[in-house]
Amino acid sequence: MKRINTPLTKSEIERLKVGEEILLSGIIYTARDQAHKRLVEAINKNKKTPIDLKGQIIYYCGPTPVPKGKIIGSCGPTTSSRMDEFTPALLKKGILAMIGKGRRSRQVIQAIKKYKAVYFLTYAGCGALLSKYVKKNKPVAYKDLGPEAIYKLEVRDFPLIVSIDTKGISIYK
Amino acid sequence: MKVISANKIKDVISGLCIRANLVLRKDILSGLKAAYSKETKRRAKDILKAIIKNAYIAGKEKLAICQDTGLPVVFLEIGQDVKITGDLRRAINKGVEEGYRRGYLRNSIISNPLSRGRPGYSPVVIHTEIVRGNKLKIIVLPKGFGCENKTQLKMFNPTAKISEIEKFIVDLVESAGPDACPPYIVGVGIGGTADYAMFLAKKALLRKINRQTGKQANRQTKINRLERELLLEINRLNIGPMGLGGETTCLGINIETYPTHIAGLPVAVNISCHALRSATKTL
Repeated sequence: MKRINTPLTKSEIERLKVGEEILLSGIIYTARDQAHKRLVEAINKNKKTPIDLKGQIIYYCGPTPVPKGKIIGSCGPTTSSRMDEFTPALLKKGILAMIGKGRRSRQVIQAIKKYKAVYFLTYAGCGALLSKYVKKNKPVAYKDLGPEAIYKLEVRDFPLIVSIDTKGISIYK
Repeated sequence: MKVISANKIKDVISGLCIRANLVLRKDILSGLKAAYSKETKRRAKDILKAIIKNAYIAGKEKLAICQDTGLPVVFLEIGQDVKITGDLRRAINKGVEEGYRRGYLRNSIISNPLSRGRPGYSPVVIHTEIVRGNKLKIIVLPKGFGCENKTQLKMFNPTAKISEIEKFIVDLVESAGPDACPPYIVGVGIGGTADYAMFLAKKALLRKINRQTGKQANRQTKINRLERELLLEINRLNIGPMGLGGETTCLGINIETYPTHIAGLPVAVNISCHALRSATKTL
């Protein structure tokens, strides 16, 4: 299976084709509903976002608390479509990829094509399994949001399926 | 008359929260294994394998099956000859809080649905039913919200055909598509009032899912037949695991019914993701 590492390059991303299975290693950032809302509010007010979004991968995930002796709790993807209204603004700010589950809106697909980004799926409802691929975990922003804070994760061989590629082709009809 | 202290109930609920979230229900696990055996598509098989592996890791390493540890719905079937001493509602919420903290389960409940705020562990949703006898049955169903968001209710005309109801249910699953973690378990409530149909739809998720294929499948009741037909029909949608196609879109469908009014026919559908979690204890 194809392996890719962060930071991702534009040309690497453009080579990814819809349906392809990938193992990702490197840094990803979690962000879900409330973090998206805050990021976009900051962008709209021309304020600095707490993490530099350029070139980053956003993972739609709100993990469970970290059990004693573990790196992270259960950490599977949440439904991506709830992030749709915020996604074009983040793509404009330079995020290169998103990881989640389920379909995206037409607007998001168009923005993915426009900014040459990619949307990945990962195993949905498999948070315990996915925790095995996380090697480091640190909350870095919006810590008051608890599970909805932004966590910086270092992952190794995290399993992904290309769901929308840079041409805007989706795995779902 | 049997006396049960609220404190005892608190401890039981705490344990049930952990068991429900960490140990996948046996009927669901066997449903997943059966789906894996009969699957022909390579990718669907891989995903089912990951789901089954996830359940094993969760149980073995004491990790939540899914990071969405849900909004715990607590069902109490209270025997009319049971006397509960102490503050029951408080005990239930305390029990959930304790269990969720002890099990490293996610705090997903916000105190105000509009202003939102910082997530906590309670209050939970509580359903009580009065039954005969001197037993107290406690069930905890941590309901994930990816699938809860797909819930629908339709008030049919009393003259509606069964085929219209079937279409409503199948269309709903089709519109949920890949988003709510298929393969699904579908809970259906038919009858009662709007709110009661919804309660029945949720309660239907508590019943084991193997009735359509197991020993009792031969019981030719109308509802059994409807469940079996719907299961076949939904599985023909080819949504499959993660919505990427496959033989199994639905692991099981349970229908609960109740008498209703001459003017109405409420039908409620409550979908569950493949990680349908619940745990039960009777005192």
